[in-house]
Amino acid sequence: MTVLHENTESQTPASQRRGTARRRKPLRSSGYKVFRFAALVAVVLFLIAPLFWMLLASFKTNVDIYDAGKSFLFTPTAENYANVLQRNNYFVFIFNSFWVAFVSTALSLVLGVPAAYAMSRFTMHRSALVVLMARVIPGVSLLVPWYYVFSNLKMVGGFEVLILSHMFVALPLIVYIMMSYFDSLPVELEESAQVDGLTPIGAFRHITLPLSVAGMATAGILAFIFSWNNFMFALVLSGSKTKTLPVAIFDFVSYASIDWGGLMAAATVVTIPIMIIALFTQKYIVSGLTAGATKG
Amino acid sequence: MSVLTPARSSGQSARTRANFSAWANRHRKWLFAAPAMIFVGLLIVFPLAWTLYLSLTDSQGSVRAASDFVGFENYLTVLTDTERFWPAVGRTVSFTLVALVCEVVLGMCIALLLWRPFRGEKWVRVAILLPLVATPVAVGMMWRLIFDPNIGFANQLLGLVGIPPQPWLSGQDSALPTTIFMDVWQWTPMVVLILLAGLTSLSEEPDEAARMDGANAFQRFFFVTLPLMMPTVIVAILLRGIDALKTFDILYATKGKGGGSFHEVETLNVYAYGLSFDYNQYGLSSAVLILFFMIIIGSMWLLTMRKKAGSK
Repeated sequence: MTVLHENTESQTPASQRRGTARRRKPLRSSGYKVFRFAALVAVVLFLIAPLFWMLLASFKTNVDIYDAGKSFLFTPTAENYANVLQRNNYFVFIFNSFWVAFVSTALSLVLGVPAAYAMSRFTMHRSALVVLMARVIPGVSLLVPWYYVFSNLKMVGGFEVLILSHMFVALPLIVYIMMSYFDSLPVELEESAQVDGLTPIGAFRHITLPLSVAGMATAGILAFIFSWNNFMFALVLSGSKTKTLPVAIFDFVSYASIDWGGLMAAATVVTIPIMIIALFTQKYIVSGLTAGATKG
Repeated sequence: MSVLTPARSSGQSARTRANFSAWANRHRKWLFAAPAMIFVGLLIVFPLAWTLYLSLTDSQGSVRAASDFVGFENYLTVLTDTERFWPAVGRTVSFTLVALVCEVVLGMCIALLLWRPFRGEKWVRVAILLPLVATPVAVGMMWRLIFDPNIGFANQLLGLVGIPPQPWLSGQDSALPTTIFMDVWQWTPMVVLILLAGLTSLSEEPDEAARMDGANAFQRFFFVTLPLMMPTVIVAILLRGIDALKTFDILYATKGKGGGSFHEVETLNVYAYGLSFDYNQYGLSSAVLILFFMIIIGSMWLLTMRKKAGSK
């Protein structure tokens, strides 16, 4: 009796408390708010400050970079950018990076989306593992044989070989993201389209593909970013005509003893385009990076 | 007649098309999956077999030059090499472990800070995204300037609080920790995003039940949230761990060939790259790569075993 009584009594306040708990705010003390604000400011500063410093240095002359008194107060100059873009031919490198990233992403989507679809619908986990192995294997172990084969085929220094090697980065990423995307699309949609007379491939083309545009955008943007940032494959496989931006900055260090202003301008030139793309496509990038993570 | 012939042939081609489409639909599973698998397979299986073969020869100089089969000699050389190989293994392991621990602990703290909605959330999310998409080589160069012993901002900051300048990247003992710091800066955000996705998909009930039982915030985190988050934490460790083991860009960009003049930051990846492309020791580097590969597969296997054991 007493037990029962206690239970019924506690039920009303408990459900009320649950209601407020879901909103959470009333329970937080102001001390916690202050702490949280300070911690968030520290986190943002820690993540942004180095990039800001790079940007500042790219507008300084080398004399100002060496002067601790001119850390924040200096006369900005665009000389470094003019130097990098004109004298060092960075427009060509920007084009190369863009072209390699774009083509390798597009081709990887063509190969990867149907593959991810089949692997998701027919739960081909072992086949998926083959493609995902590419994420795990250290790139160097593949580069030696690639370099041998492609230099025998006289392909090193051409765009094809760079695009192929970047597809190797992009494809597993696309398969991984698209698999978890297709897993979340209900099969019933395709089944009802098949009842209405479409073939299975027709259902994929006319129903599933249009529905997965958001997933493909996610996968494509992420593949583009990783291809843009890739350094090791391009370092070995690119030639003077196909050099991509990350390799071009690296060269900057070796010839000029270190022209810090120019180097920071070059580093900014590589980073800015990809950051602008990222800012406009935030939502997609976050969903791509966390794809499949919560399924455990 | 002349009308009939084209009609028949178009009927025939329609039939072959229908046949093909029926065949394609029946075999769509492999039709869809095979091209990607063949592509990746060709770029992986053949090179791995080749690397395995090279590791048993004394290939050097040019890959094309004839080389002799030497059996397991390369492996013996590598495994008894206490000057370059074992230190590189040590650095790889310590780089990966320290970076992973820092990234997961820091990442969890930041994810908890961001868990509940707040004003200005959008700006924090932008800040989190920026390091993730920044080009690693450019990031390496950026830190090289900041950590420059003479003109770097890091030492200027230390000067403000009266700490003498540190050598950072140029110090023999401080170079590896400094590169770990860079890795933490760039990749903690990724852990934050993964953990945050996990946190937001948690159900509220267990947390509330603990709250009603009078558990404080720490107790609720360690006894309720953390155990429920374990699968997500392991995914984050797995994804980040694989990439941390293979770190190359930042190390090569900040310290160059051989991981610096005293090999301060020479991890297995940098060592193998250097052996292959700076010194053309293909036989030896292939042996290093096969061993490296085994380390990676082994640690992944261990982690997935733990994941399965944990989810039971």
